[in-house]
Amino acid sequence: MTGKLDRGPARADILQSLSGLLLVLFIWGHMFFESSILLGKDAMYRVTRMFEGEPLFGKPYPLLVSGVAAIIFVLIAVHAVLALRKFPGSHRQYREFNAHMGAMRHPDTTLWYVQVLTGFALFFLASAHLLVVFLQPDNIGPYASSDRIWSGRFWILYALLLVCVHLHAGIGIYRLAMKWGPIPAAGSKVARRRLKLAMWGIIAFFLCLGTASLATYMYIGRDHAPHAGERYLPAHQQALPGNT
Amino acid sequence: MNRIPLRQAARTLRIQILRHNPRDPDSQPRLQTFEIEEADAMTLFIALTEIRERQDPSLQFDFVCRAGICGSCGMIINGRPGLACRTLTRDLPEQITLAPLPAFELIGDLSVNTGKWMRGMSERLETWVHSQNLESLDIDAMEAAMEPELAEQIYELERCIECGCCVAACGTARMREDFVGAVGLNQVTRFRLDPRDERSDAAFYELVGDESGVFGCMTLLGCEDMCPKDLPLATQIAFLRRRMAATT
Repeated sequence: MTGKLDRGPARADILQSLSGLLLVLFIWGHMFFESSILLGKDAMYRVTRMFEGEPLFGKPYPLLVSGVAAIIFVLIAVHAVLALRKFPGSHRQYREFNAHMGAMRHPDTTLWYVQVLTGFALFFLASAHLLVVFLQPDNIGPYASSDRIWSGRFWILYALLLVCVHLHAGIGIYRLAMKWGPIPAAGSKVARRRLKLAMWGIIAFFLCLGTASLATYMYIGRDHAPHAGERYLPAHQQALPGNT
Repeated sequence: MNRIPLRQAARTLRIQILRHNPRDPDSQPRLQTFEIEEADAMTLFIALTEIRERQDPSLQFDFVCRAGICGSCGMIINGRPGLACRTLTRDLPEQITLAPLPAFELIGDLSVNTGKWMRGMSERLETWVHSQNLESLDIDAMEAAMEPELAEQIYELERCIECGCCVAACGTARMREDFVGAVGLNQVTRFRLDPRDERSDAAFYELVGDESGVFGCMTLLGCEDMCPKDLPLATQIAFLRRRMAATT
């Protein structure tokens, strides 16, 4: 053996997996925080203020949200560039893969293709969402978000984003486990069955959670449509004189 | 009172076979349908033999052992790769479509040259024991003992019959012709486990540490699911990936 090893392919594979894992963890956390609206407007208001750094700095800094959006955007860009290597790169490759997938009727091969399609859709859907968050970080809150979703008709974007992102993330985490996981050879079939069951369970859970919170934002947005643009005041401030 | 169940009426199988002889310039790929009566415990190998003996002696397909050991009779059975000798017709519908394994050089009809592909893969990945002292090895001396667990682990991977089903089942191999497939990665893992092989992880990285090797695998798992020998291919590839990723 001569010369230095070309670690590029190994680094690219590790980075693709690592960026994917971080994005999945982020989106799962994001789902819990955004669905705080299910616990009421005040709960969502507190979560918003927490991410704007109010508990730490004494007053909200929406720029912090822009910063997180920028980091996530960079992570998505890195993940996408690395994942593009695996996309079919020519008409012949598309034709071969499609014929193969159609003939095989093999669930895991089809799941990969679902990831390719949802990943491609996410280039646009996630970018649009992140751009809005990045440019208008102060426009997040029980009324601000609901108005954007209902009066701004962003529910169309979020409904598509919800389905694509959770299919992509759920399948991705299952494939990540199969790709790197030290699954013992003896019990690999059982372990894989359990992983797949967990994958579908997680996807179903987040789709339900996301649908419930999106519907809640839409209801709030519809009721608040005549006053769209007005900001939410938390219950303790509403009670103050002059705010009623 | 015991009753002997009546034998169900035998089915008539309609077997469609993709016919083509690349050595004949006039040959065009076409589907030809044969009808045969199904027999008890009939395998696809038996059905094909009957077709060749009674209907069309020009039909080409490979077989040697008839017991799932030689790996010669791999073919696409209703869209999926499998061994003809290990496939019972009773597990298939009446309409059966057979095609040669893709990714390999076609000899004719269902016969493909897996040997040529496997030889190329083996030479490229150097799938043999590498040791400094092989020349001076005393073959009459007792071999160094190996832990039974390790021997079993190696034997498990050595069960591969190189039938080519994993390559035909792999979407990556179908898209990228230089991909070494699960059979190649499995063999590299087998030699990495072998204490008689003195190669370092860096040496193995030189062989499979790129997009045509372990980092090209997209974990579609067709190999694991279609392997007629039920080899734990996904586990082996994940192991090799971890080792190669940790190699410096």
